[in-house]
Amino acid sequence: MKDMSRATFLKLAGVAAVMTLVISIVMVNIDWLGPDASTEKGPIITLLNVTIVLSALVFSIVLTMMVYAIWKYRAKPGDESDGAPIHGNTRLEIIWTAIPLVIVVGLGVYSTIVLNDIEAEAANQMEVDVTAQQFEWRFDYPDQGVASNELHVPVGTQLELHLNALDVVHSFWVPEWGIKRDLVPGSDLPGGDEIDNVVRVTPDVEGQYSVVCTELCGWGHATMRAAAVVESQDDFDAWAADQTKIPEGNSSTGAAGGNGAGVFDDQVSK
Amino acid sequence: MVATLKAPGQPRAILGLILGAAFGFGLVVALRAISGLEIFQTEQTGYPQVIVPAITGPIGYLIGIGCFDYWFRWAAGAPTIPEDHSQHGAHSWKDYFKFNTDHKVIGIQYVVTTFTFFLIGGLLAMLMRAELAQPGGQIVDAGLFNGLFSTHAAIMIFLFVVPVFAGLANYVLPLMIGAPDMAFPRLNALSFWMLPMGGILFLLSFLMPGGAFDAGWTGYAPLSTGAPLGQSFFNLGVQFAGASSVATALNFLVTIVTMRAPGMSFWRMPLLVWANLSTSLLVVGATPFIAGAQFMVLLDRAVGTNFFQAAAGGDVISYQHIFWFYSHPAVYIMMLPGFGIVSEVISTHARKTIFGYRLMALALLGIVVLSFAVWAHHMFVSGMFAWLRVPMMMTTLLIAVPTGIKIFSWLGTLFDSKLHMENTSMLFSLGFLVTFVIGGISGVMLGMIPLDIHTSDTYFVVAHIHFVLFGGSVFTIFAGLYHWFPKMTGRMYDERLGRIHFWGTMVGTWGTFIPMHWIGMEGMPRRVADYAAQFGDWNLVISISSFILGAAQLVFLYNAIVSWRYGPKAGSNPWRAKTIEWQVSSPPPVFNFDEIPRVVGGPYEFGVPGARHAIMHGEEGAEVTGPKPAVVGAAGGGGGGSK
Repeated sequence: MKDMSRATFLKLAGVAAVMTLVISIVMVNIDWLGPDASTEKGPIITLLNVTIVLSALVFSIVLTMMVYAIWKYRAKPGDESDGAPIHGNTRLEIIWTAIPLVIVVGLGVYSTIVLNDIEAEAANQMEVDVTAQQFEWRFDYPDQGVASNELHVPVGTQLELHLNALDVVHSFWVPEWGIKRDLVPGSDLPGGDEIDNVVRVTPDVEGQYSVVCTELCGWGHATMRAAAVVESQDDFDAWAADQTKIPEGNSSTGAAGGNGAGVFDDQVSK
Repeated sequence: MVATLKAPGQPRAILGLILGAAFGFGLVVALRAISGLEIFQTEQTGYPQVIVPAITGPIGYLIGIGCFDYWFRWAAGAPTIPEDHSQHGAHSWKDYFKFNTDHKVIGIQYVVTTFTFFLIGGLLAMLMRAELAQPGGQIVDAGLFNGLFSTHAAIMIFLFVVPVFAGLANYVLPLMIGAPDMAFPRLNALSFWMLPMGGILFLLSFLMPGGAFDAGWTGYAPLSTGAPLGQSFFNLGVQFAGASSVATALNFLVTIVTMRAPGMSFWRMPLLVWANLSTSLLVVGATPFIAGAQFMVLLDRAVGTNFFQAAAGGDVISYQHIFWFYSHPAVYIMMLPGFGIVSEVISTHARKTIFGYRLMALALLGIVVLSFAVWAHHMFVSGMFAWLRVPMMMTTLLIAVPTGIKIFSWLGTLFDSKLHMENTSMLFSLGFLVTFVIGGISGVMLGMIPLDIHTSDTYFVVAHIHFVLFGGSVFTIFAGLYHWFPKMTGRMYDERLGRIHFWGTMVGTWGTFIPMHWIGMEGMPRRVADYAAQFGDWNLVISISSFILGAAQLVFLYNAIVSWRYGPKAGSNPWRAKTIEWQVSSPPPVFNFDEIPRVVGGPYEFGVPGARHAIMHGEEGAEVTGPKPAVVGAAGGGGGGSK
């Protein structure tokens, strides 16, 4: 980079800046993460957009440098001479160590802030016990004393999901809510208190969604889904009143592993 | 006939396989009969009468082919057969099917074997993409689909990317450091022959009741501990591939530390040597953990231990900790050698010394240290201790710093250079730079906990790992194969076909893996045989692109085979490179050097008047590195040793 003039450097910086701007504007305006239907997903989308802009900057610098070098320094056919004997440049090397360091530490701090934000506990929560078993979901509502194969929740209330699996590891995800956590067998057993099996999410848009299993759990993994319905408090109360009561002494943890289908149906009518 | 069966070779190996398997089978039957148990146990996690022969059969094969002849004689106190070098060097194609201690023969055995597994793994991927081209089930059922992606990943990782780098380095690394061979040639041969055992076990699992192992290459417990018999073949195959990997890494470490030519200080080593030094440190430190994890799963399955049985007090999440303690360093095991290759290729074809050589070497060591402290970023949503997440995020993001140093230093190398873009190896290196940056960016995103919570276990992850393992590792593997093809075969390849291969691979890679980012973020989970109709269009695009990607590899196969047979003869140094392997004939003589070369300068002194990397004794190569020494072999002769 010895013979690069200040003017050339400024031109390249300008190209990289314009490219960053164009990529950022296009990419930030695309709705990558799908619909936003929980209070937790908003901060995640903002974090993604900030990351996209910084990524666009890095990518543009790399691409500009590479395309310029290929255009400018390509050897003419038959040219067998060598390039300039430059072994390095301490100042440049410090710069391209320090700037990425600042960027990634900044992203780490920002991510930590967002993480604390989306995991903050609200004053009012509704507990739902989520139990997964090959290849079905079951949702118990201890406050209402009912159980169901569908996840119905009132809009705007923070859910405190207690997760457990009866056979293998499953994972709870509603894409529109942006929150995901594995359901680990044994989290209800002695020693299971080391498993972090509580996750919180606040759906804030009424509608029909799907609970998707995202951890490989066997041949039925692709179709292991349950309906998730976010509705007004009144609709939710009406729905809850219609559901089967959980019989005394029967908790979701009692059923042993099995083939899945059928085990829940004995206890829960759809 | 009897003589054939007594001498080491394939006939004795087949006999060993049969006897070994029969011994294992007989042992199980006899012990069960003595114990008054049912002779054949057919619980799906059991089948001792199949599992034990699957261990003893391959060991019988290894004994039969001759891996242990010398050691057995030595251990038994019998006179060892004096080394007559009959097991060194290849004189016909048949020698490649024998136990051979020549690092160059072993290198080619490695590369050809692993490339065969690359094609098999690729075909498994094509089958998956055919199924996924449309929503709904068409070609394979969900159970077989799970088997396909599990074997695809296991073969690509354990039988292709990890060992093909070991193969390339096996060939060129001793030459590069001026050594006559690896430090332990017999161990080197054993390492190679253990490898196909692992691959064959993986593939045999398709024939087992219940089908191939289908718990993913991650094999999370307790899905794996309760899976059908095929899972045991994964547990065992990993042992053979892992043992091969560890033995090779030890061999590289000792070779690099003790066998460098006089004058080759650490700061005069080519970056490929630095890269393999770093990789070997990772392999030796990390690989025992996956071996342990798979043994624990096997014991849970077959013997009834309860490492991962929650109901019996086992710890389900501990499997993931042990597994990722290997499998995260493993991604650097699969990338650092590629970094080394790209440094060699870019420096040679840009006719320029590597920008910031020392920082490049230190960055490799920085990655080694950091990579042991990031494993739990695969477990942000696993329900592990919540406090571990933020520290692991920070170390994960920090890895972007040494990686960035490497990217920028390669770019710096391109400035004020004389770029030769006509070489396919250079195209793959520059293609790697752009593609790998995308993989690095998505890696930073996945390292950030809130983004990982949404995207983990989706197609975004599939996109990321293929951008780093295909756009990263496989691009560098091709760069290396094209770069050293003339050295290994003595023939030139066809650059025009090479360019077709490169552009087909580039278009195929981006077309296949870029849209996966989008559908993953939108909500398509990974490892599914079926998906919501909204993702149908993009999946069709992905499938078509993946077939382009597959077809492009056939161009390489044709080019490699035809050029190896009929290509124009390559001189000793077609790329006019400075490192030592280019100063000997192509292919190099059986014992590499008549006399060990003397290293007098850095490896990439392009454009420095009078600078030399090594002084060779003899005619060959001496004319390439600059002014000829006045007197061949004279101590102190030769060009300046300036750095």
